[in-house]
Amino acid sequence: MSHHIVEVKHLQHIYADGTVALQDVSLTIHHGESVAIIGANGAGKSTLLLHLNGYLTANSGEIRIGDFPLTKKTLPEIRRTVGMVFQDADDQLFMPTVFDDVAFGPFNLGLPVDEVKQRVKAVLEQVGAAHLQEKPPYHLSGGEKKRVAIATVLSMSPDILVMDEPTSGLDPFARRQLMGLLRDFQHTKIFTSHDLDMVVELCQRTIVLHKGIVKADGPTLEIFNDDALLAECRLEKPLSMQGCPVCGKGR
Amino acid sequence: MRSIDGAVLDLKRLDLLATGDSVIHRLDARAKVLTTLVFIVTVVSFNRYEFTALFPFFIYPVVTASLGNLPGGYIVRKIIMVIPFAFVVGMLNPIFDRELFVRIGPFAITGGWISCASIILRTVLTVGAAFILVGVTGFLSVCEALERLGTPRTFTVQLLFLYRYIFVLTEEGARASRARELRSCGRKGLGLASFGPLIGHLLIRTWLRAERIHMAMLARGFTGEFHSRQVSGFGWRELFYVAGWSAVFVVLRMENGAQWMGRLVTGVLS
Repeated sequence: MSHHIVEVKHLQHIYADGTVALQDVSLTIHHGESVAIIGANGAGKSTLLLHLNGYLTANSGEIRIGDFPLTKKTLPEIRRTVGMVFQDADDQLFMPTVFDDVAFGPFNLGLPVDEVKQRVKAVLEQVGAAHLQEKPPYHLSGGEKKRVAIATVLSMSPDILVMDEPTSGLDPFARRQLMGLLRDFQHTKIFTSHDLDMVVELCQRTIVLHKGIVKADGPTLEIFNDDALLAECRLEKPLSMQGCPVCGKGR
Repeated sequence: MRSIDGAVLDLKRLDLLATGDSVIHRLDARAKVLTTLVFIVTVVSFNRYEFTALFPFFIYPVVTASLGNLPGGYIVRKIIMVIPFAFVVGMLNPIFDRELFVRIGPFAITGGWISCASIILRTVLTVGAAFILVGVTGFLSVCEALERLGTPRTFTVQLLFLYRYIFVLTEEGARASRARELRSCGRKGLGLASFGPLIGHLLIRTWLRAERIHMAMLARGFTGEFHSRQVSGFGWRELFYVAGWSAVFVVLRMENGAQWMGRLVTGVLS
C-alpha cells in the first residue's frame, strides 16, 4: 500500500516578505494513519498543508505522495489523491448550489454526468447533507457548510484527507457530529487543529511544529504528557487530560 | 450594510432561478444565447430616433420570462436599477439636439428627447433580455454555450471569474463597510479620509480571498473548464426556437409593429 504514503523531506519555505514559515520539516505518514499537526499560531501548520497538494512551491526539499514526487506533471493526480478541506468553508463553496459544488471535482475528473450524480448523492448521504442538495451554500449553517465542504472533497474519492482546523467555529453538537463522521473515514487523515481534545480523540499520532521545525513526533498521549515540550511550544494539555477545575479531582 | 448584502443575495437569486425546470429551462443553452444575441442586435440596429417600433419587442422578454416561471417583479426591479446608467448616457442628447421632432398640442418634443428615450428603452429591452437569459439558463451554462459556439475559452473563463469576483468583492466590501459603520457611532467616521485605506484594504482582502477560492478550485482538479449538469443537444426544438424568434424579430424590424397595431385598431373602430 505504498501509494498512500506522504513523505516530506527537508522542506523549507520562505515567503516573499522574508518570513521563514518552514525551516526544515521532514516527516512520513503511512497508509490509514490519523495524524494531527499542532503548534502555536505561526508555527507553519497551514504552510505545510498547502505544500501537500502542491499549492505552494518549496524553496528546497522534496515531497512524495505515494509513488510520485510532487512535480508539475504529477500535480493533477496528486490533487485527486490528496483531498484538501480548507479552514473557512466559504472559501471552498463557490458554486450556486450544494449539488454543483459537490459535482465540481468529479466533473473536472471527466466523469460522465450520471456517474457524477450518483457520486454526489452518495457522498451527501454519507455526510448527512442529502436534504441540502439544491440549497445555495451561503444559506447553510456553519456545521452544514463544513459537512458539505467535506463532501466536495470526498466526491473525488481521495486517498488522503487533509483538513485545516476542521472543528473551528462549530457549536458543540456540530463538532461532535463532525468528529463522529471523521472517525468513520478509512482514509489517511492529516489534521491541523487547536482543538486538542479532538486531537486526543481522533489521532493516534501527533506532530508538533514549532518555529518551522518538527519539535516532536510521536503517539498523541505521550506528547500531551510532556509538560516541558507543551510549554516550550506554547501549547497546553487538552482539557480532557486536565483535572476537574471545580473539585480538583484528577490533578 | 444590509443594502450591499441584500444586493448580492438578490443577484445570487438569479443563478438559483436557473436551476428551475420549465420548457425554456430545458432548451439547449446555445439556442437561448443565439436568440438573445439576435434580439439584442435587432433592437440596437434601429436608427437613433426610433421609439414606437421598439415597443413590440417586449414580447420576447415577457414571453420568455413567463414561460420560464421567472418572478416578474424581481426582474423588473433588476431592470429599474440600470435605468439611471442609461439616462446618464443619453442625458446630453436633449441639450445638444434641439431640432423639433413632433408637436403635441402646446408641447414641442425635440429629437434629443426622443433619442434619449430610445436609449433608455433599448437598455431596458437588452438588459432585460440578458437578465432573463441568465435567469433561465444560469451564468455557467451561458458561458459554456458561448464556448461551444466558438468563443475562445480564455474569454469565457475570464467572464466566469469576473462574475464570481463580483460576489467576492461585494461580500468583502459589505464586511469592511459594516466594520467601519459600527465604529463610527452613527457619525461620518473619519469621513472621506477613511475610504482610501478602506478601499486599498478591500482590494488586498478580495485578492487574497479570490486566491483561496482559486486554490480550492485547483485542489478539486480545475483546469480552466466549467461543467454543468445539464445535458442537452441542439435538436429540432432548439432550431425551431431560434428560427421562430429570429423571424419575429426580423418582421418587427422591417415593419413598425406598433403603428401596424394602431392602424388595425383604428381600422376596426372606424
